[in-house]
Amino acid sequence: MNGYSFLSVVRQALNGHKGWPVVWRSPEPKKNYDVVIVGAGGHGLATAYYLAKNHFIKNIAVLEKGWLGGGNTGRNTQITRSNYFWPQSAAFFDHSLKLYEHLGQELNFNVMLSQRGMLTLAHSLHELEGMRRWANAIKINDIDAEVLTPIEVKKLVPLIDLNCRFPIRGGFIQHRGGISRHDAVAWGYARAASAYGVDIIQQCEVTAFNISSGRVTGVHTTRGTIGADKISIAVAGHTSELARMADFRVPVTSMALQAMVSEPIKPCLNTVVMSPIIHMYASQSDRGELVFGGGADLYNSYAQRGGIPLLQENIAALLELFPAFSRLRLMRQWAGIVDITPDTSPLMGLTPVQNLYISGGWGTGGYKAIPAGGETMAYTIANDQPHPLIEDFGLERFESGALIDEGAASGVAH
Amino acid sequence: MLRLSCPWCGTRDELEFSFGGESHLTRPTLAASDAIWSDYLFNKENPKGIHFERWMHSYGCGRWFNVARDTVTHEIYAVYKMGLPKPDLD
Ligand SMILES: Cc1cc2nc3c(=O)[nH]c(=O)nc-3n(C[C@H](O)[C@H](O)[C@H](O)COP(=O)(O)OP(=O)(O)OC[C@H]3O[C@@H](n4cnc5c(N)ncnc54)[C@H](O)[C@@H]3O)c2cc1C
Ligand SMILES: [Zn+2]
Repeated sequence: MNGYSFLSVVRQALNGHKGWPVVWRSPEPKKNYDVVIVGAGGHGLATAYYLAKNHFIKNIAVLEKGWLGGGNTGRNTQITRSNYFWPQSAAFFDHSLKLYEHLGQELNFNVMLSQRGMLTLAHSLHELEGMRRWANAIKINDIDAEVLTPIEVKKLVPLIDLNCRFPIRGGFIQHRGGISRHDAVAWGYARAASAYGVDIIQQCEVTAFNISSGRVTGVHTTRGTIGADKISIAVAGHTSELARMADFRVPVTSMALQAMVSEPIKPCLNTVVMSPIIHMYASQSDRGELVFGGGADLYNSYAQRGGIPLLQENIAALLELFPAFSRLRLMRQWAGIVDITPDTSPLMGLTPVQNLYISGGWGTGGYKAIPAGGETMAYTIANDQPHPLIEDFGLERFESGALIDEGAASGVAH
Repeated sequence: MLRLSCPWCGTRDELEFSFGGESHLTRPTLAASDAIWSDYLFNKENPKGIHFERWMHSYGCGRWFNVARDTVTHEIYAVYKMGLPKPDLD
């Protein structure tokens, strides 16, 4: 892998940028691999990277039906935070944020992490009390959180209307929260994994599993049959479909989650703002666009579009908080299919089929989890045993009743 | 925007309805195992294709009914009353 550096940029500039090497290889699939990962989103790619780097397994393929990073990883609103309530979630997501804090160096790829603060608003005294409890739980978990008064909110976000329909009573902020660049995370992991010899095979849809005596041995794909000692599923909204192919059931509902961006304007919002009650969140991208969204569409969907009612609701919510944005034009709107679990916590670990692993249920908040999800799933696959950080996130919790009912997972109330 | 036909009130916009998830679930007996209860409570069919689901006309008559809907195209194949079996769609 040719490293990116100031020198390499200068050298390429002198060459008229004609000498940049391809960023990852696009090989033909081999007949057999030690590990096959289904889905080249952030989670699949990061898992392949850490399998190669930490566990010295090099004969790995990541199979992707479309293009890498074209699923939710490339459609999400990039919020990177760890202000979770329960100890298990806090430990896992804060580990992920810590990995993000060094991911640029780790991958030699600028993921543009911007820890501009993640502000959550309270619109009633009861909600503010709930947030004090939430912020205290976060601090007890050794993560930063600070409760703010309305005046402090206004100072941080001057364009906000404190006297909106549900007046703002305060809020709390995680200063280490912020945003990063989603494509860079997918591309950075892909490039680094490819350099370790991982085969990333795009336009290759998995259509069935080969399973004999309860053990997975390979996959059927649109590019032929591929054998594998171990297989891991990381397909987000398609988790139920892949589980069905392997004959087990999962507690997942697939729904469309939309996001949208305005035309670019000068810098005016330097914090990520989220309101659980008005049900929206917004940030401003480095290009100047306002990036915002809210809850998922109401019903099961595999259509990556999103419906008009939610679109209108999201825009109305943005304008309620920021009347100044009412003159802006909307540039784009899109949706991703998110895999929502009953407790809004992810599903990670082993499955009822031997040598078949799963990383799913990431729902509306799995982007921030990509580094830790990849690292812990790599450990889980290599050792056939869940990594200590994800022991509580297995499928078994739905039978034992030990749910991790993480209201903070989605950040907005859904 | 979905347009749903309430069996009692007729066709209305999606905004008048609430979604109630998968239909035709059978509640296990109290003596059933944890595995059966957890499957009933949490696991979902969640198909990419035809989904048999419940809706309620919240801002209308307030009654529940069943819908057979494609989760990719959102096309509605059938609307039928609670208690009726899944329609044959072939
Ligand atoms: C609009 C929106 C906003 C969001 N905002 C945030 C946010 O601000 N912060 C946050 O943390 N999270 C956010 N999320 C959630 C986050 O995007 C996801 O949880 C995360 O990207 C999931 O990563 P993944 O790698 O599991 O899935 P994906 O990136 O979706 O990758 C799965 C891949 O599997 C492929 N695949 C599916 N079926 C098959 C098959 N049969 N064979 C081969 N390949 C297959 C798909 O094509 C896809 O590329 C948001 C999501 C959306 C949609
Ligand atoms: Zn009605």
